[in-house]
Amino acid sequence: MYVAVKGGERAIDNAHRLLAHARRGDPAVPEVAPAQIREQLALAVDRVMTEGSLYDRDLAAIAIKQARGDLVEAAFLVRAFRTTLPRFGATQPIDTAAMQVARRVSATFKDIPGGQVLGPTFDYTHRLIDFLLEAGAEVDEPARAAADPVPMPRITDLLGHDDLIERNPPGDPDAPVPDLTREPLDLPAGRDLRLQNLARGDEGFLLALGYSTQRGFGRTHPFAGEIRLGEVELEFLAEDVGFAVPLGEITVTECQMVNQFKGSATEPPRFTRGYGLAFGHCERKTMGMALVDRALRAGELGEEVKAPAQDEEFVLMHSDNVQATGFVEHLKLPHYVDFQAELGLIRQMRAEIAARAAAAGPDGAVLKEAAE
Amino acid sequence: MSALATSGTVAAGGYNFAYLDEQTKRMIRRAILKAIAIPGYQVPFASREMPMPYGWGTGGVQVTAAILGASDRLKVIDQGADDTTNAVSIRKFFEKTSGVETTTRTANATIIQTRHRIPEAALTGDQVLVYQVPIPEPLRFLEPRETETRVMHALEDYGLMHVKLYEDIATHGHIATTYAYPVKVEDRYVMDPSPTPKFDNPKMNDCAALQLFGAGREKRIYALPPHTKVVSLDFDDHPFEPTKFDHACALCAATHTYLDEVITDDAGGRMFVCSDTDHCEERRAEGHRGALLGEAPAAIAGAAE
Repeated sequence: MYVAVKGGERAIDNAHRLLAHARRGDPAVPEVAPAQIREQLALAVDRVMTEGSLYDRDLAAIAIKQARGDLVEAAFLVRAFRTTLPRFGATQPIDTAAMQVARRVSATFKDIPGGQVLGPTFDYTHRLIDFLLEAGAEVDEPARAAADPVPMPRITDLLGHDDLIERNPPGDPDAPVPDLTREPLDLPAGRDLRLQNLARGDEGFLLALGYSTQRGFGRTHPFAGEIRLGEVELEFLAEDVGFAVPLGEITVTECQMVNQFKGSATEPPRFTRGYGLAFGHCERKTMGMALVDRALRAGELGEEVKAPAQDEEFVLMHSDNVQATGFVEHLKLPHYVDFQAELGLIRQMRAEIAARAAAAGPDGAVLKEAAE
Repeated sequence: MSALATSGTVAAGGYNFAYLDEQTKRMIRRAILKAIAIPGYQVPFASREMPMPYGWGTGGVQVTAAILGASDRLKVIDQGADDTTNAVSIRKFFEKTSGVETTTRTANATIIQTRHRIPEAALTGDQVLVYQVPIPEPLRFLEPRETETRVMHALEDYGLMHVKLYEDIATHGHIATTYAYPVKVEDRYVMDPSPTPKFDNPKMNDCAALQLFGAGREKRIYALPPHTKVVSLDFDDHPFEPTKFDHACALCAATHTYLDEVITDDAGGRMFVCSDTDHCEERRAEGHRGALLGEAPAAIAGAAE
C-alpha cells in the first residue's frame, strides 16, 4: 500500500523485501545462476552490454538477474556501475576487416571472397515452438571445418576499389575522441557523436525508426552490404611504453548498409553508407542503427529533411532508453502539490462559468451575448 | 540442421495441410478471387502471423498455402536460384507441412513462389507464379500515408508518379529506378511488380500464367490474370528500356538472361553468371558452354558440373 508521507520509509523497505522475494520466484524451483544467464541468455547479455555501454558479460548477467529479466532496467544497472569507473583513455580504433569472423553475410552479392558464413542465426529457422526444450535435450555437436586462410575483405572496401561507394573521411589519430558520457550532447552533433548516441540507443526505438524509413518516411533505398559478427583485437596506446598494448578481444557486430547514390553534374554518382556497430551479437540493433545513421545524413547529402528518422534532434534526444524510461516512469512519483494547484484552478473556472450561467437566468442571455 | 528438423517435425505434426487452417485459406482465396477480378488492385486481407519473419515472404507463403493442392509440384526461388538460403527454407517448410512434391525445374512446376525474379523460361497456362512482396504500394515512396494513396488509386491520380520519373530524368538523365519499376495494368491501376529487376517487367505482359502477389506485413494481395496487359511507365522521348548486360553468362554463354555479378577476389576479379540457375543448368545440359565453365567455384557453378 502506498503511504504518502509518514510510514513511507517502512513501506519502501517492505517493497524492496517483497521485490527480492518476487525476483526469486517459487523457492521450489532452483535459483538461476548468473553464469547460466551469461551462457544461455547470451543475446540478452549482449543487448545489456551494448545499451549499458560496458563490455562485461558477467556484470551484465548479474544485472539481468537482479532486474528480473527487464533488459532496460539491467542496462540501467550497468550504466550506474559504469559511471563510477575511472576513464584511462580511448583504445586504438578496432579493425573489423581483421575480425575473426563467426558470421558474415552480404545481401548485395551472391558470393564474395571468403564466402558467406551463416553462423549461429535464427534467420532460416521456422518459428515453431520446440517443446523438446522444456525437458532439456542434448544438442548435436556443431559441424566443423578446417580454418580457412582466405581473407574476408569488407564488401564496402571492394566497392570502394571501383570508386562505386563514397569514401569515408580519413581518420585523424590525434583528434580527441568525444564521449557522450562525460560531456553533454551538443547539437548539431558530428557523425561520430551521433553514432555514439545510436550505439547506446534503445534497440526498439532504432528498429522502429529504421523501419519507418523503409516504409517511406525518409526512404534511403538500403541494401545490407554486409553484416559481420566476430572477435576483434583491442589495443591501447600506453604513453609511457610508447607502443600499442593488446588488451584482449571483444565480440562485436558490424552492419554496413549500402544506400542509393549521390552524385552531381560534376561528381559521378556513388553509393552512400549507413553504419551500425554494437557489442556482442546485436544484429537487429546494428541494422536499425545503420538505417537511422544514413537517414540522419540527409542534410549532409542534400536531401529534404521531413521524416522523424532524419531529424537529428528528435532522434538523438529520444534514443536513450534509460533517460526515456526514467522520465516516463517518473510520472508515478507524487505530484500532488502541482496537482493541488491545478485542482484549485479548474474548480475556480467551473465556479465562474456556473456563476455566469446563474446570473443569466434560464434563457442563457449572458452566455449568448458573450458568444456574440 | 538435424536438431532443427527434429524440433520442426514434432511441432509441425499437429498442423493442417500447408500449415494454415482451412478457414484462413478460404479467406485468402476470396481475396485472391477479388484480386483476379480487378487486375492490379490491392485487396486487403487478414494476413496471419507465420512461422517466419515478416519481410521474408509471409505474403507469398500465405498465397501459396491457400492455393496448394496435394497434386501440385512446387518450385521456390529467391534471386532466381533454388539454392538461395531463404528459398531452401520456404521449400522445406512446404515439404514438411504439406508433403507436396517439389522441383527445381521451371517447366515441371505447377506453382512457382519467387522473390525478386521471374524465371527466364516462358511460363504456361498451367502454372501460377506467386510473388513475395515487401511494399505493395507503388506510390508509397512518394506519399507515405495509406489513407492518401488509396484515394489516389481510386481517382486514378498518378500525376505524382510521372513527376517523380520526370525528376529522375532531369536529375540523373535516366529514370533512376532499376527494380520495383512501376507498371500500369489494363490501362487502369499503377502496380508495383515487387522488387524484381526491371529486366523482368516485359515478362509480366500477356503472360500465360496466373500471377499472384502476396504482401504479408502490409496485408495486401493483388493479381494479374493470364494474358493481362502490363505496361512499364515511361515517356515518349524516354521509352522504357530493360537492363542490358555487356557480358555473356560465364557458365552457359547466354546473352539474353539476367546476370549476377560475383566477386572472385579482392583485386577486382569478377564473373557474371545467370541468376536463373535452372535455366543456366538446362542450357549447359544442352551443350552451351560459357568462358569460365569448369573453372568457376562449385558454389557458383552448382550441381550441373
